[in-house]
Amino acid sequence: MTVNLDAVGRSYGPFEPYEVTRVKIREFADAVDAWSGAHRDVAIAQAEGYEDLVAPTTFAVIIAQKAEFHVVTDPEVGVDFSMVVHADERFTHVRPLVAGDVIYTTVHIDDIKQRAGISMVTSRTELVDADGAPVSTVVSTLAVREAA
Amino acid sequence: MTESTSPSFEGLDKGQVVAEREVAFTRDTLVRYAGASGDFNPIHYNDVIAQEVGLPGVIAHGMLTMGVGASVVEEWAGAGNVSDYQVRFTRPIPVPNPGEATVLIKAVIGALDEERRTARVDLTVEFDGAKVLGKAQAVVDCE
Repeated sequence: MTVNLDAVGRSYGPFEPYEVTRVKIREFADAVDAWSGAHRDVAIAQAEGYEDLVAPTTFAVIIAQKAEFHVVTDPEVGVDFSMVVHADERFTHVRPLVAGDVIYTTVHIDDIKQRAGISMVTSRTELVDADGAPVSTVVSTLAVREAA
Repeated sequence: MTESTSPSFEGLDKGQVVAEREVAFTRDTLVRYAGASGDFNPIHYNDVIAQEVGLPGVIAHGMLTMGVGASVVEEWAGAGNVSDYQVRFTRPIPVPNPGEATVLIKAVIGALDEERRTARVDLTVEFDGAKVLGKAQAVVDCE
């Protein structure tokens, strides 16, 4: 299987929205050792000026990886998922995600570079809230080794 | 009345260590992260599959390492105050069973932007004496 360079510029979504919940924020905060009370206690989050529990910085990966799944499973892109290694990741937040957010995503294939049997596939997932206002951008690059 | 948790920009110095943490990754840590994130790639819990794709055994999710790095920055910056965060994954962290992989995380002020009142925090994340993340940078909004 070979990654198709012509896939650059493809977009997917928007998909069924992701609802950010208090339970998931607490679970994720525990998993990444995020200690702030604003991830767990609504009163603390509100005292810090947020409407509800605040998601940890990388929480958006849950939402982004659901969108990226559509890229890596598109047969016309040609990614063999068993040959994938995560190369880099970047989050840019307009504002933090909070419990109660309903998030819509679209994902775009921004770049594919091929060198020495490895394809670097860069996707950009845009997260917007129920009002259509931008919340976060998640850029992820996967290194895909080509089967010999 | 709300109380912002953003750190004060005044008094910050380039090179200043703002947070440090030693974290022990076990198989339990990985399973917990898999469930919380929805990333069920078997290389993070199944040694046989990990070895089939050329790894020494089960490795930690890169995103777990990145996520814990963010938590160390947040410990200083406050929840919700990191506006930009990027890393490159340069080395895997094998996690033994039984046992643990000890990861050292240090957050240092790398640059200050007076106009935007932001601090760039550079993270070094080390396992077994080697860095596992490259260009790990978080931008923190300050007061």
